[in-house]
Order: sequence, then C-alpha cells, then structure tokens
Amino acid sequence: MSELSVEHLLGIKYLKPNDIDVIFKTADHFKEVINRPIKKVPSLRDTTIANLFFENSTRTKLSFELAEKRLSADVINFSAGQSSVKKGETLIDTVNNILAMKVDIVVMRHGNVGAGVFLSKHVDAKIINAGDGTHEHPTQALLDSYSIREKLGTVKGKKILIVGDILHSRVALSNIFALQLQGAEVKVCGPTTLIPKYISSLGVTVETNLKKALEWCDVANVLRVQHERMDIKYFPSTREYTQLFGINKEILDNLGKKIVIMHPGPINRGVEITSDVADSNDAIILNQVENGVAVRMAVIYLLAQQIKR
Amino acid sequence: MSRKNLLNSKDIEIILHRLACQLIENHDDFSNTVLIGLQPRGTFLANRLAQLLNTEYAIKDLKLGLLDITFYRDDFGRKDKPLAAKTNEMDFLIEGKKVVIIDDVLFSGRSIRAALTALQSYGRPEQIELLVLIDRRFSRHLPIQPNYRGRQVDAINKEKVLVTWAETHKKDAVYIESL
Repeated sequence: MSELSVEHLLGIKYLKPNDIDVIFKTADHFKEVINRPIKKVPSLRDTTIANLFFENSTRTKLSFELAEKRLSADVINFSAGQSSVKKGETLIDTVNNILAMKVDIVVMRHGNVGAGVFLSKHVDAKIINAGDGTHEHPTQALLDSYSIREKLGTVKGKKILIVGDILHSRVALSNIFALQLQGAEVKVCGPTTLIPKYISSLGVTVETNLKKALEWCDVANVLRVQHERMDIKYFPSTREYTQLFGINKEILDNLGKKIVIMHPGPINRGVEITSDVADSNDAIILNQVENGVAVRMAVIYLLAQQIKR
Repeated sequence: MSRKNLLNSKDIEIILHRLACQLIENHDDFSNTVLIGLQPRGTFLANRLAQLLNTEYAIKDLKLGLLDITFYRDDFGRKDKPLAAKTNEMDFLIEGKKVVIIDDVLFSGRSIRAALTALQSYGRPEQIELLVLIDRRFSRHLPIQPNYRGRQVDAINKEKVLVTWAETHKKDAVYIESL
C-alpha cells in the first residue's frame, strides 16, 4: 500500500497504523533526497500550497515552506498579523479568497480547536493541520515518532514519557495518539494542574515524580511551559517548576541508563531543560528538526497524489 | 489472456554476453564509466551485467548505482494506483563521467526522460547512454532511442512485455502477453 486512507491531515486520531507506515517509508526516501547536493525533486511542480498561519510559528512554518519548495511546489505565505483577519474577515472568507487564486493545498495553524476540520468541510482543498489550539499538531507527532524510530529502530514496545505542560499541549495529544497507534507505552509527567483530569481515559499513565518517571522510560519528550496559553497561575513559580520538573544532567547521570531526550522547541533553556542536556549526545532535538522537513515532504507528497489532474 | 515466450534463459544469457562485450567495446576498462540501473526492474539487469563484467571479463571496481525515478515522473497524480518509491543507491557523483542507464523494457520513453532529470541531481555527466533488454518499437511518446538493445520487438500497445528474472520468478524469461 502506498496511499493514505485520509483526504486531509487533520489529526493523528483520523489515521490508521498503515498510514503512519506509508508516511515513514516515503519520508525515508525524502530524507535521502534532502541530504543530496541538490535537495530538490520536481514532483509537485503543478501544485500550489498556501501556508496560513493565524498563530505565530517559526520552526513549523519554515519547515513546511522548505518541504514544499523541495518538492517544487509554488508557495504563498500568510500571517494573520498582517492580514484582513484584523479587519473582521471570517475564516471561510479568507480561505475562499485564497483558493480563488487556485490553491491546491492549505497548511493551516489556528488558535481554535477544530479549525482544520471545520475548514475541510467548507472549502475545496487538501487541508494539513499545522496546529489547532490545544488540540492536535499531527506533523510534529509524526516527526517525533519518526525520530524515535530512527534512533531506536522501532517505536513498538518502547516506553515514552511526555514531561511538562500536557494540558495546553497539542504536541502531547498528537504524540499520545501517534505513539499508541504504533504500539508504544505512554506516560505523562508534570504538575497535577497541568495534566488533564481524564487523561487516563486515553490509555496513558500519570506520574508526578519526575525521577520515577525517567527511570521508567526509554525516551523523554520534554515540552515547554506555554505561558501564553495560561489565563491563571498553574504553579507557584518558574523556579519551583524547574526544581520539580526540570531535566538536568545530574538527574540523568543518576538514572543508571541512557535515555533519549526530545524537545519539540522552542526551548526555554534552564526552565524545562538545562543547556548541557539539550546540547548533549542523548538529545535528538536537531535531528527532530531535520526529520521534520522529510516527514512534511512525505505528508504533502502523499496528499498531493490524490489531487485530480 | 495468451502468453507467448519471446526469450528463454539461454537466449537471455547470450544477449547479456553480447551486451557486456558491446559495453567493453565503448567503455574499455570502465574507469570513467558508471552503470545505473533504474528501480525497480532495471536493477536486476544492471546487477547481472555488472556481475558478468566482473567475473567473465575481469572488469574490476565497476561503479554501479540504482536510481529511483518515482519523484521525477511526469504522471504524478495521474495514475489510478500511485507508485511507491524505492531506495536510491547512488553513493557517487556522476560529474564528468560516462553514464549508462540500464532498464529492462523501453516502451514510451517516459521513464528514461524521468531518469535523465533525476541524474541532474548528481552532477553533469560527460555523456549518457541507454541500454535496454527489450526495445518495443512503435510505442515511443518521446524521441528517445537505446544505444544498446537486447532484442527489438514489435508489440502492439495492447500487449504487455513481461521480463522475469531468476531472482524473483525462478527463471529468466521474456514473454509477450496479450490481454
């Protein structure tokens, strides 16, 4: 099988295990492509892609744009800050105006949960969710799993810990879905205020003691505390958070085993992770970024394949 | 569906020896030549030729690459069933080299067109030649002709030329199937 079972990439929860397999196998080929002297293939030269970012982003936007350009697609970029959204235009109007310019694929980040699903029902284009509020960030989860697979050979049967602000994290939710789909065990760790109340209904376990959690895991995916999404205080101080949930070299050295450290970025050095850990050989943070381009190329390529020509 | 045997394993062996000799005639000791088999089916022929050149004709250090052209095809999104990419095994650049593209059947010429584009990613070769086992006449969509051919056949478009290799189908053979 070399096709996706879905028409859009709205979230990991809509995918089947085979979809992840197809995406990773395709990404393997693109990883080879982006390590060549000429890092470009002409597959999507007849495809136009709009990157609509209603929320700030640096790495995801650059990664998507690079992936699109390496596939030879035509790319237009849009950031809400400089647009008519500020003048009161609705989402569907904004997008339909862009589609009137003959766009085939829309990559969208939006602050509202379900914005991608909503759009997919109202406009005639392939939608790729690049993050919708605190809901899902499917390409990030795919590149995280891809990086684990690359480092450890497989995701199946591995113990993956997600540490930090689980409540506000779309990365955490997409990761939980993606890891479980591939047969991994998932545990979350963080202040109880930042762990959703019914998270165990997703089949994950909860641990509030960081040391115990790290002793259990093969991989620790460290998340940033998302101050911008917090309307109230969830913990007394950043300093206290760092003392209880910050990962430093000392904790890792005392584990008696090596674990893989991941971080989706942007890193708050000295808060959730110290510099010496983030820059150590156990961290695959920059591999994640590199793999992000290959995985996004695979997703775009596979969806573009379905467009009627 | 009827199937006609066009070449048996003995015929193929003779053809491979002839093709190897023709290559030697033009490429001498292959010091500046690379052979490139096209994924998926050209790779069997490329491997066989490389092996033959090495064992029977004492050509050592032959450079052999396997090239996947999936991302360079011109029918992206136009096929009922999409093609899955295969691995690229090109661990050298072709800058200034003489390249021989190897494929099993030459039909429309579009795969070769894609291969020519794909090769641009690996440098500017001195020249590119084409070697095919079966050259189907009267079916070309593009002005592409082989430099070395195993056998030329006049198959009509409705017919299919099937090449089987001992590696995958137990025996070497070429068939013409009419649907």
